[in-house]
Amino acid sequence: MEKGRTKLSKKKGVYGSKIKKATQMLFYKRHQRPGVKGWELHKSLGSDYPKVLDLLDDYLKPLDLQVKTIFEEEKTPEKPTLEELDKARFYVALRGDLATKDKLMGWRIDDLAGLAITISYIISKKGQTSRKDVEKLLCEKMPNWKIGLNLERYIRFGYLGQDDNGQIFLDWRTRAEVDQKSLIKMLLSSEAPKAEIAEPQEEEGIKEEQESEE
Amino acid sequence: MQATKSHKSLGRERLERIIEMCLAIENGSVEPFTLNVDEIISVVKEYFPQWQDPEELKLDAEVLHHLASVIKIQSEWVKQRSTLLYTDPFLLEEKILQADKQQMVNVFLQAWNPLIEFEQISLNAIAQGLLYWEALAPISERWKEVEPAEVSNAFASRDELIKQRVLSDKEFSEELIQFWHELKNCVANKGNGGKINYWDFIGADTYEETVQRAFVTSFLVTYGYATLEIDRLEETVFIEPFEKARTEPLTVQSTSVPIAVSNEDWQKWKRGELN
Repeated sequence: MEKGRTKLSKKKGVYGSKIKKATQMLFYKRHQRPGVKGWELHKSLGSDYPKVLDLLDDYLKPLDLQVKTIFEEEKTPEKPTLEELDKARFYVALRGDLATKDKLMGWRIDDLAGLAITISYIISKKGQTSRKDVEKLLCEKMPNWKIGLNLERYIRFGYLGQDDNGQIFLDWRTRAEVDQKSLIKMLLSSEAPKAEIAEPQEEEGIKEEQESEE
Repeated sequence: MQATKSHKSLGRERLERIIEMCLAIENGSVEPFTLNVDEIISVVKEYFPQWQDPEELKLDAEVLHHLASVIKIQSEWVKQRSTLLYTDPFLLEEKILQADKQQMVNVFLQAWNPLIEFEQISLNAIAQGLLYWEALAPISERWKEVEPAEVSNAFASRDELIKQRVLSDKEFSEELIQFWHELKNCVANKGNGGKINYWDFIGADTYEETVQRAFVTSFLVTYGYATLEIDRLEETVFIEPFEKARTEPLTVQSTSVPIAVSNEDWQKWKRGELN
């Protein structure tokens, strides 16, 4: 009985140190892009790293965080094999229960709205569309001088990509952060709000933008 | 007879028009379901028994090929629209235009789970950095300028060049002519029908010498002092010297014949196993 208990606590200790290591790997920036590839976790935690990540995910749940897996293929496999997991990328992301106002994450509301509109539009266009079309759509509600700057920023952050032919597509960060199905579903079922929101003053916006660019 | 001919030409025209339509669909300029596949198949069926020429049959096959592409595009179209992710762009555009910023952001925030990443330095990392800095050699030591060694220019004598094996102790043309005479003597003594087996001529006591002889022999052939007779079935090569050097090989388009002179072949020749 005593022997069994020692074995159990030893196993717990091993997993404890593996969880610590996984936390460091996932939270701290290791490469240019955030997140860790499955094979890196495999190499440093061993072949039971999916179990370690499950345990870490349980720890993160009360903090409203989650371990997110983005597979190489766009379709998520139902029961992924170790090989598929090795090729996937793992991130720590918000789980999604935070209050709206706390979730802007330092973004200006019109920049975030622009991103939302752009992503929704590209999804409806089967994942890619011309930059001109996006600019045309954004200019309905955004000052012209801001459109180019914002699109470049979305591209720089990895939400969007642009090819040589001026086609804009959804890039790695959108795949990692945005639940595309839910976004479209909610957008179509949403109703226009009754209360009007005050527009941010354009001059103030320009000043802020210039400051941030500097 | 005239009626059949005009019917055939009408059929060809119709098939060409079908191909044009299919191409427009493949290029995305026409909606895929504009084309009624059943109708097209009945047209293809109607004209098929009349086709006899390869050109006509090719046209028929081309129509079927493009039709298959259109059917594939149609099936993808249906598949895409049946998924949850498909949204009519016009409907979505309308929604986006109607929605205000706050509404748009509210919807987005429900589907957005931003990633978390820390960019914080630890004490351990600072300590490692300091250790590295301490161990790092000064830049003046690491990036020492490499001074090129001084080389003096001077004339090399012919003897020095021969010593360094840049030049042979004989003029090449002299050596070539001497070699030609040797070939003629060999053919006269050991040859048969004015020619001699290639290996019997180039073969020497050492492999190096054999290679050297093969090298000079190649110039004998190139400069028209001799010719090669190759029997590909028997896999034999004979060399035949000319009585007088011929200049034609240098003017007419000649062909290169690679002959391998490997160490293995040389050993076989030494043992008398090579023809």
